[in-house]
Amino acid sequence: MRNTQAVQLLSELSHTGRRAETFPPADVPTRSLNEMIPADFLAAQPPQLPELTEPDVVRHYVNLSTLNMSVDTHFYPLGSCTMKYNPKRHERLAKLPGIIDVHPYQSPANMQGLLAILYETQEMLAEIAGLPAVSMQPAAGAQGELTALLVASAYFRDKGEHRTKVVFPASAHGTNPASAAIAGFDCIQLPATANGFIDLDALRKAVDKNTAVFMVTNPNTLGLFEPDIAAAAQILHDAGGLVYIDGANMNAIMGITRPGDFGGDMMHYNVHKTFTGPHGAGGPGSGPIGVRDFLKDYLPGPIITKTTAAEGAVTYDLTTPVKSIGRVRTHFGNVGILLRGYFYLRTLGAQGVRDAAEQAILNANYLKAILAPVLNVPMGKYCLHEFVASASDVLKSRGISAMEIAKRLLDFGFHAPTVYFPLVVPEALMMEPTETESKETLDAFAAAVQMILEEDPEFLKLAPHTLPISRPSDVQAARQPVLKWTPCLRD
Amino acid sequence: MAYLFRTPQQQTEMLQTIGVPSIDELLTQIPAGLQHCGLLNLPPALTEIELEQHVRKLAADSVGAATRTCFLGGGAYDHFIPSVVDEITGRGEFYTAYTPYQAEASQGSLQAFFEYQSLICELTGLDVSNASLYEGGSAISEAVTMAMRSTDRRGNVVLCGGVHPEAVQVVKTHVLHLDTDVRVAPLVNGVTDHAALAKLVDDQTAAIVVQDPNVLGALEDVAAVSALAHQHGALCIVAFDPLSLGVLKRPGDRGADIAVAEGQSLGIPLQFGGPYLGVLACRNEFVRKLPGRLIGQTVDRNGKRCFVLNLQAREQHIRREKATSNICTNQGLMALRATVYLASMGPQGLREVAELCCQKAHYAAEKLTAVPGLKLLSTAPFLKEFALTSDKPAAHWQAKAEAAGFDIGPCLNRLPAIAGMSAADRDRAFLVAVTECRTKDDIDRLAAALSC
Ligand SMILES: Cc1ncc(COP(=O)(O)O)c(C=O)c1O
Repeated sequence: MRNTQAVQLLSELSHTGRRAETFPPADVPTRSLNEMIPADFLAAQPPQLPELTEPDVVRHYVNLSTLNMSVDTHFYPLGSCTMKYNPKRHERLAKLPGIIDVHPYQSPANMQGLLAILYETQEMLAEIAGLPAVSMQPAAGAQGELTALLVASAYFRDKGEHRTKVVFPASAHGTNPASAAIAGFDCIQLPATANGFIDLDALRKAVDKNTAVFMVTNPNTLGLFEPDIAAAAQILHDAGGLVYIDGANMNAIMGITRPGDFGGDMMHYNVHKTFTGPHGAGGPGSGPIGVRDFLKDYLPGPIITKTTAAEGAVTYDLTTPVKSIGRVRTHFGNVGILLRGYFYLRTLGAQGVRDAAEQAILNANYLKAILAPVLNVPMGKYCLHEFVASASDVLKSRGISAMEIAKRLLDFGFHAPTVYFPLVVPEALMMEPTETESKETLDAFAAAVQMILEEDPEFLKLAPHTLPISRPSDVQAARQPVLKWTPCLRD
Repeated sequence: MAYLFRTPQQQTEMLQTIGVPSIDELLTQIPAGLQHCGLLNLPPALTEIELEQHVRKLAADSVGAATRTCFLGGGAYDHFIPSVVDEITGRGEFYTAYTPYQAEASQGSLQAFFEYQSLICELTGLDVSNASLYEGGSAISEAVTMAMRSTDRRGNVVLCGGVHPEAVQVVKTHVLHLDTDVRVAPLVNGVTDHAALAKLVDDQTAAIVVQDPNVLGALEDVAAVSALAHQHGALCIVAFDPLSLGVLKRPGDRGADIAVAEGQSLGIPLQFGGPYLGVLACRNEFVRKLPGRLIGQTVDRNGKRCFVLNLQAREQHIRREKATSNICTNQGLMALRATVYLASMGPQGLREVAELCCQKAHYAAEKLTAVPGLKLLSTAPFLKEFALTSDKPAAHWQAKAEAAGFDIGPCLNRLPAIAGMSAADRDRAFLVAVTECRTKDDIDRLAAALSC
């Protein structure tokens, strides 16, 4: 039985005079506000927020939470997002005093333990990347991309070169071109080979002395390792350009191969994907970047340095690299998410990191194999951590689109795969099971897909049938945007 | 083996189904020459009990606001966080969900973010709020680029000197390479020098940014800044402190076209600077220039009210290099914290917090300026934070306070340069922030510690 109160808005639940939080009276001698602040600055009344009791707030949001699918409750094979299990030990540890209550401007002497953790995180990220210098400022992958591109800009400017172009394959994630444009570069999109890989000829043609950076996701967004990545990197390096590895898919390769080993000069991590910082219904993330030695002086600060005194005492400090591009955000970084990455990597160790990648690959290939009889995967005999199936055939034969499969899966208790991305596969269904799912779950998922493909296409067009809502109208949402509630009723 | 399901037998079955003899066979896609030999050089794996002990030991080597008495400010504050905020955001259904791309499977998040947007509109007095940005500094820089697109001016942007100097750096990092001139108006008496500001603004100015309360805690004449901006066809961007709006006029009522904030004070823990919350709201006419996600109300096929990601044609996954921003992952869970916080406060709670901060800060200012040698840096009105100065280095006072278990600051020389203040001025000045959590006793003891 669904609780209908959940879907009322806070504004509709509000009653004048109710409240959840109360405060003690001031324990200092008080004055009238007017004496402290000129009347000109003062509002006649506080903002008209809804008025609710604590039980109102709790019941509302707990009920709302049950309208979500999540990793804790459902298989969530959303490709490119690495929806792996988020360990509960991280949550408790991240809330310890000495971690959660550290103010960004308190004395570094009083946060040596936290700085030690962050320093070690920085070192582990460098090791996994095969790139020696790391900045943990960026708040998410996209900000990491932008930061690295600004680093590249500063590097070329320093060398007296004015390079204007950023090149990327058609399968690139939208943030790649968006970041390049914001960093002031012209965007050059390359066609892929018939197999979905980097087209070396096209790359050679596109790259010249004006090319600053080649941005490439590897493994790519088809879940395939770029076989010519080293040759592609060589083309860039011969032309004096840099190679940027979008590390969104690091879950496939961590511990197996490293961006620094296959030609990358810079990369970002998505700690919220690969290293389990939970996704938080859209964020926060953390997008640290790793770069080669010759770029490290341009990194945004602060980064953490460690000094060991003669008698062995260790001190951690916050420093800004000499030619830093400057800050990309206020304060250090999304520390709360970096910490979860640290807890995760300390739990796994080197073998665990490699095992996780291998099992992610095993699970993806298994799912691909058991879906093969019913869904075509156009690119790649085997995949890495994810694969992109296409519903083109079933659309032609039975009139069932990728979207219909995705929506109907929800009825079976599975979150939908990523649909219609990457753009290079028609009717794309991008599936990333991750390593933290069992064979039983994958079997059940494949069985559901199989059943769906035998269902009446007309029935599928109306799916999902069992969720709180079905097929919201995007057209209506866009035509007359309603982006906030009508103000609270006052009684 | 952490979090894996494999059993040797299942692995064999799975490999058979795939049709390969081993996992290594699947790895042959990665050229052998590029594979890493052996294991990475990472510290050894820890079980949960070992990890807990290890981390507790390190955590004990840090002491934060829960142990010490925190009068630190500069954009991050030790405000009280109602327990309901942690309870709700600690629910796995929220924190282990992805971005709500599949509306049917994400109504919980979508409705919560719609409520967030509505609350921010109410708070700011503006028409539209997005569903969050990274933090306060990049929110200012997004607002600046948004203003450049909206006015079609790329010549310059003018920042008041009271904008947090780290945020000034963020703006510079983001727009300097576009050949946009970033002009910073100096402070005089701790607030914007309006005569100097007027000289920096011209018909190529995309926006003026004013922060209120400013980085020194002083209140700014936002209406005058807005009038100046509008006189030159520029936009007025106001960076505000959400909690201050319990007593201060809203940015939208003081002429803001775009309002941005560091949302940390809305129920988000200090955690050494992040994750925090970037708030951005604007007037209706700029909605299609907004960066980041927007949630809209609509109906489903049965006519039932529901919520979806809306106006996505602004965003990177649709528009790619023409997007209004590159942001993808935002700060969803922090927006949820702010939502639950504001829902718990209501108008009266918000007013009480702001008043408590104000009363306590004014009491603290009185007590601390009674300490021989210390005086207020500015005579401008303030709310919860103020700057003190003396003829001694700020570090002198900070060390005294620290020795007695109090954290004050930051010293202004810990921050990047502030326009209108010399290095010597900054060496001598420090901030004191007083939240509702500080007691009269805390303040009296701090004053006593600085007096001896
Ligand atoms: C391939 C790829 N690159 C970049 C990004 C952007 O990362 P973030 O969302 O952390 O900004 C994503 C995430 O969605 C991605 O899948």
